[in-house]
Order: sequence, then structure tokens, then C-alpha cells
Amino acid sequence: MIGKKDVEHIGWLARIKLSDEEKEEFTGQLNTILDYFAKLDEIDPGVAPTHHVSGIENVFRDDVMKESLSQEDVLRNAPRKEEGFFKGPRIV
Amino acid sequence: MMNVSEMKRRMEETSAEEMIQSLFDKIERSKLNAFITLTKEQALEEARKADKNGASGLLGAVPIAIKDNISTKGIQTTCASKILKGYVPPYDAHVIERLKAEGAIIIGKTNMDEFAMGSSTETSFFGPTRNPHDLNRVPGGSSGGSAAAVAGGEVPIALGSDTGGSVRCPASFCGVVGLKPTYGMVSRYGLISYANSLEQIGPFGCNVEDVALLLDVIAGHDPRDSTSHVVKKKRYVDELKDDVSGLKIGVPKEYFEGVDKDVEKAVRDGITLLEGLGASCSEVKLPHTKYALASYYIIAMSEASSNLARFDGVRYGLRLEKDKDWHTTFSEIRAEGFGEEVKRRILLGTYALSAGYYGRYYLKALKVRTLIKQDFENAFKKVDVLITPTMPCAAFKIGEKIDDPLSLYLADVNTVPMNLAGVPSISVPCGFANGLPMGMQIVGGHFDEGLILRVAHTFEKHAGVA
Repeated sequence: MIGKKDVEHIGWLARIKLSDEEKEEFTGQLNTILDYFAKLDEIDPGVAPTHHVSGIENVFRDDVMKESLSQEDVLRNAPRKEEGFFKGPRIV
Repeated sequence: MMNVSEMKRRMEETSAEEMIQSLFDKIERSKLNAFITLTKEQALEEARKADKNGASGLLGAVPIAIKDNISTKGIQTTCASKILKGYVPPYDAHVIERLKAEGAIIIGKTNMDEFAMGSSTETSFFGPTRNPHDLNRVPGGSSGGSAAAVAGGEVPIALGSDTGGSVRCPASFCGVVGLKPTYGMVSRYGLISYANSLEQIGPFGCNVEDVALLLDVIAGHDPRDSTSHVVKKKRYVDELKDDVSGLKIGVPKEYFEGVDKDVEKAVRDGITLLEGLGASCSEVKLPHTKYALASYYIIAMSEASSNLARFDGVRYGLRLEKDKDWHTTFSEIRAEGFGEEVKRRILLGTYALSAGYYGRYYLKALKVRTLIKQDFENAFKKVDVLITPTMPCAAFKIGEKIDDPLSLYLADVNTVPMNLAGVPSISVPCGFANGLPMGMQIVGGHFDEGLILRVAHTFEKHAGVA
């Protein structure tokens, strides 16, 4: 069982601010879903994990220069920019 | 519905411009809400060009709709989320480059569950899409807009994406054909990631031939997606023979548990029909199926929590009026920009990956994934294809399940195992119950698209469901 405090902490880890109603609602819903996930406690698979199914390992390419997007194109969707840079919130 | 060859014939009789104009007339009057963005000016301009210079390519002047999580240069791409409203990609996805090279004309971007998280297209920031067979019902999801647009005759073909059934579920609910290709068959370059170890872009059409044609266009190696396979290029439309003699069909009984009676009967009748055409049928066991859904959701949510970390309002997307400190700014943007289901999945994924729970949830889910994959490998030693119901039921009512997330997740029980194993599967209409379409799912081994398309084509020819 997870409580409202846990949900608040997970929200912080995920950088999603939760309202009081959301914390309340998600606590109930997350517990229901986690109860369902507990189905996996029934088994103890003695096999290696599968991260992806393609079977492909390291894919290399030659280190050659190619044309990339222009600075203008890259910045076009940025809500805030300054002198050719993305502008983030201040850190200190 | 209008298929590609019918569309091409009518274009020759009239013009591409006239045909595409008539689709926009229909869409503008439509109650389906299948589209988020229409590209009318561009599409009509391209149609006029095709009329003047002649249409060329496998899809010359054929109109197509694109799910709104596939990047289209110069065309708004939102993932049906407030956080990406107004985002205009500076580049095309690989599949879009391929479509343009073969002459297709994009008419718009289709509605979906926000970030492809859902099975009903109800979680879209732009409102739900409606099922053309009953406007009070969901079209399925998450590619509900693409399926509804094809089923409603608003476009002949469309692209969706399938992470846990998001092409096959709406294909089943809307009575169209939808294919999830083998993992690695179609480049994911330009597909906005939700759970990248599971998802593939897949085609929708009114019939199997159009799905094969669209697969011919979008499949192929692309070095920009490192999970993209080098597969010998062949034409899937050439595989469409009316022939299942000697075919070995496996019927996994696990996939019929909890399935509505009407759906079970329609699928079993479908199998009987194929037997009558020379296929043989046997029961097979996929014993770990009951763990697939939990494993799938843990993996998908974990990957989502990581993938969606990029939405912070710095490079693109929603930014609130006033910046505060770093963490507060991001937390408030994400609180405002993401809908409820997306938040729920990010929270669960964050929890499943957090210290102390990683082994119990994420690592366990990846081990179960190995067992699911082995189940399929063992089955395909004995049979050529598996046949199951796509969905356990026909389309449900809008609002019926949305307040109970787990009940919505459970509807994906027959489609998620294929994403865990990376095997291809196709949903083909197999009948109606109370006026609502139902889908039959045909599953093959890795890169067996040619075979499952042939089986689906043979079934479609003889079943006469339309």
C-alpha cells in the first residue's frame, strides 16, 4: 500500500506538481493498479531479462559530418530564447 | 469506406483535386472528431500538381491521414496533448519521407489518446473521437482517429502506432484492417516515443491489400533508428494469394478466456472457414499469457516516465507565463500540460523504477517478457500462425470505462503480448454483433508479415464481412 505522502514524493521525483484532490485520487487508483501488478509476485522466472526483442547489439556508423538542422529551425519551437540559445528558468 | 484502387479510379474519372476536396467537405461536416489538424491548402495544392503533371509512385496522389504522434515537417504535431499544442516539427519522420517519395498526399493529423496512452481515444486534449458505427461509442485507441477516419470514409488509408494494441484495437472496434509490424520492420525515427522498446508504426486500410501496399511503402531499414532491421525488401502486395492450403493454425485457449460470446463465436467461425479452405487447426498453449498484461504495463509506464521527461517547456511545448526556480517551473508546466492518464502512467513508471522497487516491478517484468517471448517461439515451432480475438468485446460506450483505469487496461489483454515479443499481428474484421464490428487477430513469427497478410487476405475474400 502506498499513501498520500508517497504519491506526493513520486510526483516530486517525476516533476509533476499534484493538487490535493489529485493526490487523493491517485493514491486510490495507484494502489488498485499496483495490486494488479502484484500478480507477478506469483512467479520467480529463472531467466534473463529481455530489454528489447530485436536481438541487435551495437550499431556503428562511420564518423562523418552530415548536414543537420539549422539553428533557426532548432530554436523555432522554443517558448523562450535569447541570442541563439534556449532560455531555461534560472538555477540560482 | 473507399479503398485505394477505387480512389485511384475515381481520380482518373474526375481529378485528384476534386476527390480530395470532396474528402475535406465530408470531414468538415463530420461528427467523428477524427482529426486534430487538417492540411487542406497544402493537400489541394499537391493534388493540383498531380493533376497537372500526372501522379507517380506507389501511392500517387492517394490521400492519407497520419496519427498525431508522427512528426510532419511544417505541420503541427501535438500527441493530442496540451503540452505540445502548437509544436511544429522541423523534420519529417522516416515514414513521412517514404510516403512523400511515393506520391501520397497528407490530408491531416489524426486524433489519439494523449501520448498514445489509452484504448479509447477519450484522453485526447482535443476531445474524444467517435465510432462511425455508433457515435455514442469509442473508436478504440490509441490510434482511434486514424481508424475512425478510414471507417467513416474520410480517407482511404492512415498510419497509426501500436505500443500495446493501439492499431489493432481501433481497427477491431471500427471494422477496418490494421497491422502491427514486427519490431524493427518500420523505422521509429520521428515517432514521438511513449515506450520505445514496444512500439511500431502500423498501417490502416479498408482492406488487406491497402494495408500491404502501405506496408510496402513504409517498411525498410533506416540507420537513424538503431533498432531498425536490415530486411530484404520484398513487395507485400505480391504475397496476397488466395491460398491457405496446408497452413497450420494454432488456437491459444488463453486468448478466449473472458471474451464476449459474440466475439468468440465470430472468431471460431473464422477459423472454421479457413479450415474449410485447406488449413488445419490445433490448440496451442501460451502458458505465461496471464502475466503479460502486468508485465506490459510496468515496462510501458517505466519507459514512458523516462521518455516524457523531455517535456519541460525549454526546447518546445508549453511554458507558463512566469518562470520560478528550476524544479518548480518544470513541475508546474508538467502539471498544467499533461492530462490525468499521462500523469498516472508517469507516476507509476517513476515508482516502478525507483530504488527499492526496481527489482520487484521493472526487472521482474523484463524477465516475464522473456517467458512471453519463449511462449511464442515454442508455439511457432508447431504452427504457422496463431488466431485469436483482437479485443475481448466490441466497442464500449464513451465514458463507460474512463473513470476506472484498470478496467481499460484489461481490455488490452489480447494485444499486449505481441508487443512484448515483437511479433507481427493483424486485425481483420470478422463480423458484427448488434451492429458493432469485431476483429480477428492473426499473429505470425518475426518478419512473417507476408504470411499473416496472405491469411488475412484469404479470410477477407471468403468471409464477405464488410
